[in-house]
Amino acid sequence: MSLTVLAVDDSRTMRDMIRMCLVPAGFDVHLAEDGVDGIEVLDGLDPDAIITDINMPRMDGFGFIDAVRSQEEHRATPILVLTTESAPELKQRARNAGATGWIVKPFDPQKLVKALTMVTG
Amino acid sequence: MNDTNDPMAEIRASFFIECEELLEALQDGLQQMDDGSDDPETINIVFRAVHSIKGGAGAFGLEDLVRFAHRYETVLDEVRSGKLTADAEAMKVFFQAADHLSDLVRMCRDGQDIDPNGGDNLIAALNAFLGDTEEEEVTAEDFQPLGVMTLDLPDLDAPATPPEYEILFKPGQELFTTGNEPQTLLRNLAALGTAQVRCDRGDLPDLSSLAPETPYFSWNITLQAEVMEDEIREVFEFVDGLCELTITRLDDDTESPSALPDLPAVAEEPEPEPTPAAASVELAPEPAPPKPVAKPESSSDAAPPAKAAGPKSVVRVDLERIERLVNLVGELVINQAMLAQSLDQAGLSPHSDAMNGLEEFQRLTRDIQDSVMMIRAQPVKSLFQRMSRIVREASAAVKKDVRLITEGEATEVDKTVIERLADPLTHMIRNAVDHGLESTADRKEAGKETTGHVRLSAAHRSGRVIIEVSDDGGGINRDKVLGIAKSKGLVPQDASLTDGEIDNLLFLPGFSTASQVSDLSGRGVGMDVVKTSIQQLGGRIAITSERGKGTTFSISLPLTLAVLDGMVVNVAGETLVLPLNVVEETLSLGPEDVQMLRPGHNVVRVRGGFVPLYDLGIMLGYRGARDTLAGAIVLLISLEDGTRAALVIDGIQDQRQVVIKGLDDSFYRAPGIAAATILGDGQIALILDPADIIAAAGPMRHAELARPERKAVNE
Repeated sequence: MSLTVLAVDDSRTMRDMIRMCLVPAGFDVHLAEDGVDGIEVLDGLDPDAIITDINMPRMDGFGFIDAVRSQEEHRATPILVLTTESAPELKQRARNAGATGWIVKPFDPQKLVKALTMVTG
Repeated sequence: MNDTNDPMAEIRASFFIECEELLEALQDGLQQMDDGSDDPETINIVFRAVHSIKGGAGAFGLEDLVRFAHRYETVLDEVRSGKLTADAEAMKVFFQAADHLSDLVRMCRDGQDIDPNGGDNLIAALNAFLGDTEEEEVTAEDFQPLGVMTLDLPDLDAPATPPEYEILFKPGQELFTTGNEPQTLLRNLAALGTAQVRCDRGDLPDLSSLAPETPYFSWNITLQAEVMEDEIREVFEFVDGLCELTITRLDDDTESPSALPDLPAVAEEPEPEPTPAAASVELAPEPAPPKPVAKPESSSDAAPPAKAAGPKSVVRVDLERIERLVNLVGELVINQAMLAQSLDQAGLSPHSDAMNGLEEFQRLTRDIQDSVMMIRAQPVKSLFQRMSRIVREASAAVKKDVRLITEGEATEVDKTVIERLADPLTHMIRNAVDHGLESTADRKEAGKETTGHVRLSAAHRSGRVIIEVSDDGGGINRDKVLGIAKSKGLVPQDASLTDGEIDNLLFLPGFSTASQVSDLSGRGVGMDVVKTSIQQLGGRIAITSERGKGTTFSISLPLTLAVLDGMVVNVAGETLVLPLNVVEETLSLGPEDVQMLRPGHNVVRVRGGFVPLYDLGIMLGYRGARDTLAGAIVLLISLEDGTRAALVIDGIQDQRQVVIKGLDDSFYRAPGIAAATILGDGQIALILDPADIIAAAGPMRHAELARPERKAVNE
């Protein structure tokens, strides 16, 4: 069974990269370009995992995670944060917002897939 | 790398396109900040632009770009968090950093070698803002280029049997709220080797006092796997700090205390040997993770705002496809003209259905054509942003304080026009900074503000785009210009010229006013080259100047390079097209209207004034002079610089839209011929460039024009 993933990033390059990494690995990838868009795309989608960037216009990653977690059906959906910093306080902040894990950009395709399988089981 | 089938190359290409957009947003944001915007979103946009460039660059292993972007971003983040104020000094560095960033992006894109020390000065300037608080936190590992995987080779001395670990794992409350899942973690752990998992249900309370989303269980896992302890920790990476975790290597005497320092000490009671009964990865029941409950109303709180708030959606299309569409529409226009002509010849009543249908067809064609042209149209903003950089660089080079004011950035112009305007505009802007504006000292002396202003504006005016470059400098020193022109033999020594004519001398090939050639604009490219490039775009350039007040260059361009509203005329049996927008009026000459200045040079009297008269038939070499000019039809045309001329033609056919077909380089570029078109009857007609024709004929001096006028007055 292929896993459904929603990836939210305002950079087209990043979205393309994510898609390029995940589609060949058999994931069903849905993309959104910021938090607001992500919430819209999420509606009617039941992803096995969500990947989100932090710095985005309109609604940033923290706001997005917050909004996702406040939806009853996505309270336990694994959310991975894409971040360029590996600074501990950033991880802590993401976690406080309810993120499941993080991927440090630039990510390695295998690592991304691994992280996803790690959180989805 | 250019293999189009390589998805990576494609993403790389799209990354650089995205970079251009981000750099534009960056410029925009910096400009707004410079203009005094204190909207927090502005600095956010600026930060995000740099951040996204860094992110993408990391993915492609563009280390130089990453390094610089990171430094830049760090400083911007300081501004964003309010720790640093973006004062004028900082803004200057930010602008320079943005310029350097765009250089790096371009160099990376074109695969050029990057001087590793190129941005050192800027990095130092940026570092100065950080005040050494966070030295070098860019560690190499943060930016490992793609594809670097550390392979832990098994220890050669490793015993034949894989090492055995005992792992104690007790999830904390937060483990669930972050969407982590013990079952998944245990499975991942089991995947490393052979695991025996035992669940400790000791903490499970009575059902009555059970809080459903609280973790009560803990697990004891014995893992036999050919892995290092780090790899086990990696499994628990995301829950690090959210659980109690102890990893002990059972078969190793040299074991080191492995509890994470930040973890609460766990009672280290040696567990009894796991019984095989409790073994296997059959996982015990666990506290239910939050189950999806019926969708509560509260979820609508997070409902997205109305679509209208969203950004415009954009489709990226290959330019070639648009070209194709433009060409097809061109064919359609021609085809429609042919149809109109044959219906006309069939003698149909203008009220017949066919004619009505044709009218509708024409309207639709025009709409389609306008829409297609709009696809090609782009705002001049990107071009203007490049110019603001030119101003910064040029003003720094000549040590003048210059501010660029832009207007009408949203004005849309054909993409090709924008691309081909860049060079001439760059030259004009440099000229304005270098020659147009006075030195700071001179400005002070003249009682002007020390900061010079260069104004760049774009606007649509009667179907054309007008782009103006003006400065508030000293204006053209006409005596000097005339002197130079005379000394270079560009005009006769005894010539007496009007102000406008002197100004136009600047456009003559080989003219350069700067007595000292500066590094900036004295590069052998004169205004004549600018004029030629503008003309190649079907445009005109005019100059106005006022002593002490400044100089304005005005470029007028056609909106599109594909279609033209033209007047179709006959000259000596040839069909020719003139751009309709230059034609002011049409006249029929009376016997008294024409005055001869000298053989071959005539003027025509138009409402009291005199306008030079040119016979198109002679000028194009179609025929000799007419016996008499009386009764001839003339077109009164008005040129960009305000001069007027009268062109003698033999007849007017029609006024219609024509599709411009470029005469490619295989044709000799005949003066006065701009392009060609295909008419409704399939005939090919040349499109004329009246200004060029007149220029080729040699200017008729104002002095000469003045003579008959005086005569007329005297008579």
